[in-house]
Amino acid sequence: MILKSKDLLGLKEVTAEEIEYILNTAKTMKLIVTSKNKKAPHLQGKSIITLFYENSTRTRLSFELASKYMSASAANVSASSSSVAKGESLIDTGKTIDMMGSDVVIIRHPMSGAPHLLAKNIEASVINAGDGMNEHPTQALLDMFTIIEKKGSLKGLKVAIIGDVYHSRVARSNIWGMTKLGAEICVAGPSTLLPPEIEKTGVKAFNTVQEALIDADVVMGLRIQLERQKKGLFPSIREYSRFFGLDEKRLKLAKDDALIMHPGPVNRGVELSSCVVDSEKSLINEQVQNGVAVRMALLYLLTRRDSVENIN
Amino acid sequence: MRTLIKGGQVIDAKTKTNDCLDILIEDGKITEIGKDIEFVNGDIIYAQGKYVLPGFVDAHCHLRDPGQEYKEDIETGTRSAAKGGFTSIACMPNTNPVIDNEAIVKYIINKSKQDGIVNVYPIGAISKGLKGEELSEIGELKFAGAVAISDDGRPLKNSALMKKALQYSSMFDITIISHCEDLDLVDEGTMNEGYVSTVLGLKGIPSAAEEIMVSRELILAEYTKIPVHIAHVSTELSVDLIRHAKSRGVKVTCETCPHYFTLTDEACEGFNTLAKVNPPLRTKKDVEAIIEGLKDGTIDIIATDHAPHHPDEKNVEFALAANGMVGFETALPLCVTYLVKPGHLTMEQLVEKMCVNPSKILGLNKGSIEVGSSADLTIIDIDEEYIVDVSKFSSKSKNSPFDGFKLQGSVYYTIVNGDVVVREKVLL
Repeated sequence: MILKSKDLLGLKEVTAEEIEYILNTAKTMKLIVTSKNKKAPHLQGKSIITLFYENSTRTRLSFELASKYMSASAANVSASSSSVAKGESLIDTGKTIDMMGSDVVIIRHPMSGAPHLLAKNIEASVINAGDGMNEHPTQALLDMFTIIEKKGSLKGLKVAIIGDVYHSRVARSNIWGMTKLGAEICVAGPSTLLPPEIEKTGVKAFNTVQEALIDADVVMGLRIQLERQKKGLFPSIREYSRFFGLDEKRLKLAKDDALIMHPGPVNRGVELSSCVVDSEKSLINEQVQNGVAVRMALLYLLTRRDSVENIN
Repeated sequence: MRTLIKGGQVIDAKTKTNDCLDILIEDGKITEIGKDIEFVNGDIIYAQGKYVLPGFVDAHCHLRDPGQEYKEDIETGTRSAAKGGFTSIACMPNTNPVIDNEAIVKYIINKSKQDGIVNVYPIGAISKGLKGEELSEIGELKFAGAVAISDDGRPLKNSALMKKALQYSSMFDITIISHCEDLDLVDEGTMNEGYVSTVLGLKGIPSAAEEIMVSRELILAEYTKIPVHIAHVSTELSVDLIRHAKSRGVKVTCETCPHYFTLTDEACEGFNTLAKVNPPLRTKKDVEAIIEGLKDGTIDIIATDHAPHHPDEKNVEFALAANGMVGFETALPLCVTYLVKPGHLTMEQLVEKMCVNPSKILGLNKGSIEVGSSADLTIIDIDEEYIVDVSKFSSKSKNSPFDGFKLQGSVYYTIVNGDVVVREKVLL
């Protein structure tokens, strides 16, 4: 099997089989991440560029380490220190990187659709590391990997996604991906932070956190950004936390063995109480570790498309 | 100079003509209309099997001249218009500098006489610099030749200023065209708010942003008893509000554009910036309501909102892409394919919306075929089917979401003041 597209722009565009293929490959990659000698030859001779127009710690580092663990040449371009700051267009920047021989360009951008524009205009594979409010597919892949590792499968699981769904690319990618693998998704958040007609995507939407939590197998908190308050989307962090914060008491509504997740970075005491973050049910640290494995799998599968195509 | 148009189906909404007739043109004027006109010595255009219509009048376009000639200029803009069968066009004032004073109006009129091949009528700005703060010199604009005033592209945020603009402009009997948009509701929105914007993760523009402003204009028009023209209506509720106001006797007229009765927000899928336009493409129910509004006469005009942009302004991130699409060269085929062929509008109704009403609302002496009127005519074939190819457009810009569409309806001849500017589909 090979991935159909040269790029991974979102989980909206890929099939359930492709998702499972990536996640299965990640199992092997996790052995490398957790071993003492973190060096594998899979990406030898390949050039991987991260092009980040937004700040990031874990996603960027995770891609960089994934590249290096598999022996690729890796380099970073960040918007603030490059000709991007001089007003160069995305396509021009992309073509420049392309001509230097990159095989994969990993892009994070504040505007939805930027990776799609890049992918159309360059030869290299493009991986979306988060675009505006659209998608963050590798985050959703690592979330699914983490759940499957604990529960065996997503089929029939009830996943509650709580918080600012409107602005969340993580929520969107998880909705597309997990729905394809058979999970049932409930979202809850302040009504000003739920996207219009979200139920048409096949999820159930609630305005109370309690309704969404009942019998949940997985509970995912989303990061709330403080600047949303200034835009009048909710009155205060205090009120948000009072009605939508996840604490131990509320989590009793979920199943006893429910998993707690968060894409990070967590605002402790806002989306999740500190107790919940540090509890045994919390998978926040595993998510980070699995992130490297999933990104290794993806880089490997995208860069091997050419050779597989040639054999076939 | 004598030209005879022979054997075409002549439609004139004003004189209620729909008959196979000959038209004789002498020195730029129509001098005779009748059956089998005797003719020697001159140009004969054989129009059998085709419709002979008054030249189309566009009440809303952007020629980008002065200031943004890399997108379009008066020469290329009028050539594109002629190719689409338009003989008179009214251009919006969001140029650089803005058409907010006599000198710019005269520049456009003079340059059009020199470089233009169709009649060009400038629309002046309501407010100085389109800033929405002080009224521009509306009287001077009118006497210099502006046919209407509008801050198109931006709403007049201040309701008191809008009321004063209506009152002040009525003194000069000049039409006021309102671009309806509540900017607070638009916020950072880049496409219609709804399921598609949710799927694409793009911030939405609620239909309410348009409807609230339409309501304000209707209320002000009723209150002041002064006419107002609503630009590019795109939503179901806007149509309903205008219908209701008309039933109350409010002097309101309005226009829509071909993209609002042909496309929905689904055209934005894949982050297609060619479908980014303001107001944004809406939903199926809105498209149906626009068609209903055209049928029952609520919507008076079909205008193009021809908005040329350079590829560099479209080949960017969706949020950064310019709003608008070129419209002259697809207007007729879209009307034929989506309105006439499915039976929503008769050819007479189409002539009303593309010729008679825009002339009336802008106070032009155009839009009809009568003895003595200037010979502005368009000859079309409504059965010919073809694939839209934007690379063949005469406009300097090619930003159209209709590339590759299979449409019916071709402009064979465009005649402006008796001069044939398009002959057998070829621009002269």
